[in-house]
This record gives sequence, C-alpha cells and structure tokens, in this order.
Amino acid sequence: MAKEQLMSYEDAIERFEVVIGLEVHVELNTVSKMFCGCANNFGSEPNTNVCPTCLGLPGSLPAVNRKAVESSIAIGLALDCQIASNGRFARKNYFYPDLAKNFQTSQFDEPIAFEGEISIELETGEVFMVPIERAHMEEDAGKLTHVGGATGRIQGAEYSLVDYNRAGVPLVEIVTKPIYGALDKAPELAATYVRAIRDIVKSMNVSDAKMERGNVRCDANVSLREKGAEKLGTRTETKNVNSLKSIENTVRYEIQRQAFILAAGGKIIQETRHWHEDRGHTSAGRPKSDADDYRYFPEPDLVPVQPSKEWIEEIRLTLTEKPSIRRKRLQEAWGFADLEFRDVLNSDLLDEIEATVSAGASPQSARKWWTGELARLANLQEVAVQDLPITPEQVASIQKLIDSGDLTDRIARDVVAGVLAGEGEPAEVIESRGLKIVTDEGALIAAIDKALASQPDVMEKIRDGKLQAAGAVIGAVMQEMRGQADAARVRELILERAK
Amino acid sequence: MSEITPDLVRHLASLARILVTDQEVEQLAGELGIIVDSVATVTKAVSGDVAATSHPIPMANVYREDVILPSLSQLQALSSAPDSAEGRFKVNAILDED
Repeated sequence: MAKEQLMSYEDAIERFEVVIGLEVHVELNTVSKMFCGCANNFGSEPNTNVCPTCLGLPGSLPAVNRKAVESSIAIGLALDCQIASNGRFARKNYFYPDLAKNFQTSQFDEPIAFEGEISIELETGEVFMVPIERAHMEEDAGKLTHVGGATGRIQGAEYSLVDYNRAGVPLVEIVTKPIYGALDKAPELAATYVRAIRDIVKSMNVSDAKMERGNVRCDANVSLREKGAEKLGTRTETKNVNSLKSIENTVRYEIQRQAFILAAGGKIIQETRHWHEDRGHTSAGRPKSDADDYRYFPEPDLVPVQPSKEWIEEIRLTLTEKPSIRRKRLQEAWGFADLEFRDVLNSDLLDEIEATVSAGASPQSARKWWTGELARLANLQEVAVQDLPITPEQVASIQKLIDSGDLTDRIARDVVAGVLAGEGEPAEVIESRGLKIVTDEGALIAAIDKALASQPDVMEKIRDGKLQAAGAVIGAVMQEMRGQADAARVRELILERAK
Repeated sequence: MSEITPDLVRHLASLARILVTDQEVEQLAGELGIIVDSVATVTKAVSGDVAATSHPIPMANVYREDVILPSLSQLQALSSAPDSAEGRFKVNAILDED
C-alpha cells in the first residue's frame, strides 16, 4: 500500500489537539493457562499445550486459575485501581479461528480493577497523570500463520494454520481513559506509559514482560480535534504495536495522517489499523464502529470472582516498590549523572547493576562492566546482555581483584571471556589460564632492562624531560609480560631507572 | 414476530461453517424465531432493577491452583480436525484483517 499524505508534525500540533487512549495487553507468567491446566509456555511444539477446554471441545468446562486472579489484582493495586468486590467473566462472541470456541472469555461490565492512575515522567522531567479506566482479565488467542500469497500476509493467503498453544494464556488488559493535554509530547507519553506498565509487571514478576515475544502489546487510539472544540474527533486504533519505538512512531504517524485529512476537509474513518515498522507507516484494517456487536453475555460456566478484603490486603503487602520510585532511589544512591543513568535504563540493566553493587562492586565499576565490555560482547554474540552466562556476583568478584591490584583491566577482560566461555568461576579461569598480574619486580626490571637495551636513546630522552618516551618501553615490557603487568607500576620503575 | 429469515440462517451457517440444506434452513428459521421471540417475552417481564443472573446457584470464588495438568498430544489434538498441516489446524483463508 502506498504511503498516505501527511501534514508536518509541527503544523499538526499547532492546529489540532491530540487525544490518545492506550490499551495494553499483559501476558501473565503463570505456570498454567487461565482456564485449564495446560502449560503456559512459549516456544513449545505447535498444539502440544492444548486440551479439550482450550480447544473448545464440547462438554469441556473452564476453571479459573487462582494465581492469575491474584496477579490481576496485584496489577490493579499497582495502578492505584479499586478492586471490584464482584467481578464476572463474559463471553465476547466473534467468528475468527484464533480461538476455537468462537468466543473469548473476557470481562465486560464487571472488570476486576477500575478507576486507577499512574504518574508518568517524561525525559524532560514533565509529569503526566494517566487515568486508568479499568484492568480486566481475559485469555489470549492462538497464533495464525498465513500460507500462500506473495507476502505471507493474510491478503492473498491460500489458507491459514493455527497453533492453539497460546489460546487460553492469561492476559490482563489495561485500558486508559482518554488522555488530554499531552500536545506534542503525545507520542513520547504513549511510549513512556507502556514502558512504565512493562517495568511494573516485570518488577512484580507477574509477567515475563518481553515485548519482542508479545508479552506486552499495545493498541494505540489516536484522535484529533480542532483546538477549543468540545467534541472528540473520530479515532483510529492501531493494533498490536509491540515495541516502545513503534508505539512512539505509530502515534506520531497517525497525528500527521489524520491532520492532513482533516485539514483538507476530509473525514477520519473509525477503523483498526496496523503499524509496519519496516515501512514506517500504518495501514487500514477493518472498519470498526462502537456498534461492533460482540454480543457479550455473562459466562455461564464460571462463577463470579469476589475477592475478600483480607485477600486484597494480603496481595497489597506483596507489592514491590514502584519502579519509578526505585529508579529515583538508585540514581541518588549511586550518584549517576542523568545521562549515565538513562543509558542504564535504556539498556534495561538496572537489576544487573543493582545485584553487582550488592555483591560488593562500586556503582560506577558495575555500570562500566554492564554497559561497556559486557554489552559489547553481547552485541558481538547477538544475544541480550542479560542472557550472557555471567552472574552479577562473578562480575563483582572480578572487579574486587582489579581494586586489590591483582588484575589489570585488560587481564580482567580475559577472565570475563573465560567465564563466558564456560571455563568456570573467575578464580578457576585465572588459575587455568595463568592470568595473574606479574608482581615480581625482579621479573619486571629484567624486562625493562631488556627493552631499554634495544632502545638505548629512551633514557636520554627521559632525562631531558620527555617522559612520554617511556611509552615505547612500557609497550615492550607489557608485550614481554603478555599483558599481565601493571602498566602504571612499569612506568614508575622505568622513571626510577632513569634517575 | 422474530426477524430470523432464511437468509440470516444461511449467513450464520456459513460463518459457523456448518453445511445446511434448504429444508434445514426453513426449519431452523422457524425454530430460532421461536427462541428469539421467547427471550423477547421474558425481557418484557423483567424490569430494570433486577440484576442479571449468570448462574442459577449463588456461588463465587471457585478456583483451581496454578499447576500443569496433562495436555493432549499433537496427534490427539489434531485428530478431529477436518484438515491439518505442519502440526497445526488448517483453516480457510480469512480475508478480514491485514
């Protein structure tokens, strides 16, 4: 599809008021599915985590996963929501083969949590209160693969293949109220909000929260209205945007696209759209109206969820520190500059650095290891730095050896390489690779004399005050010592020798 | 009177991928019509202040623990499917969303 015409972002913001609304789906990391005992497991062989219930076979009956309800309540509480004293499940009826039952078990007018809010801080320090309308429980759908046709997409496909492993995986859908007043910050606010939700569910350990796996996905609603207008404009909903960058891009694109149409006197069609990150635009999906009739009705096979006050309070006690508060606390405690800290957040390394610091490393050294050498190695191996086979404790123990003068930075990198190569704990790598710093000054002096013998003019230069001439000798000595000498000490020894 | 026409029954049957004969369409239109009319009659009898019932027995909070129970094998899961390929259910192309 061809790219549509856009108004420049600045002009669009100048002329129109942007209103956004966000729906975030969070896949819970329960062991089993929402309504049956099949494993909730990513990456299994197709249709091996399925049973009569999640396949919708006649005569099967759903049963609610207690842990999923508990996690949903916890999410509600973390978003300062009220928890419903009576929540019910409902059937959302639709004909689409991603669910075999012809309906999705969801919640309609009685969600488990409602009326919350979350404060979102943008990079500029500006804070927005995002009002939460509701958070409700439902089940995920199966995965469709479209076969045939040129692009492997649904249009032109000859048939589709369905894997129901994901059907019935517990989801919590968090819906905001319309968000006004974000002006030109609307795209950033949308992405920052989704990131905040992701951080919360991750820190609470109720979801694996991997956006690239679809554990957290966002539907972004965008509408524009003339400045000062009372009535909301027609909105579009871009479905299943699954990276923070895409969320920002999709909102920005919709603002520019809608502004162009409205300015030309056109009308926005209420529809679902799809974001194509590779091509940088959205495209129209099916037309949608508020009259979309899913014929919701209360699920007769499930009884209401009526959490007791005691249960809710018990769950409240398990809530972890809010990520935004934790971030502030850690940045202060560690004394990181804003830029340094942003780097840590952007690479998602807060947990690793915190654990390394608790294991005894200084905050700055922990930060340098994780955002520097380890990030570089992970990048080379094309894995996430968090997935490298090295623990924060191991990093801290290597750093301690640098601090005590037993390792140089360079040797320490060899130790890290050994740990990553599966050669054991740092101490074992040092032992087996013979990676001790050479502290035997006799050996160092011998190496220095040997180097000086081949570069006789160096001493003269040093005595003339050209101290940088020592560099060539240090290099030769380090080479002789296979890098396992303390360069600063070697320099001292050379200068002493020149006296 | 209900608005369940033979055409509506045919549409419903095609959505549900159920093959129906002309004779069945006529019969179902009549039967579904009676059901819809009956529900409409009940609706008239209920005033707005009566809460909806989703379950005939007043129960709440029936849960299962979060443990894994045996699933079907892939072969079992696909055994009653009309068609399958690559360990997956094979369905007609859906020209709905992109």
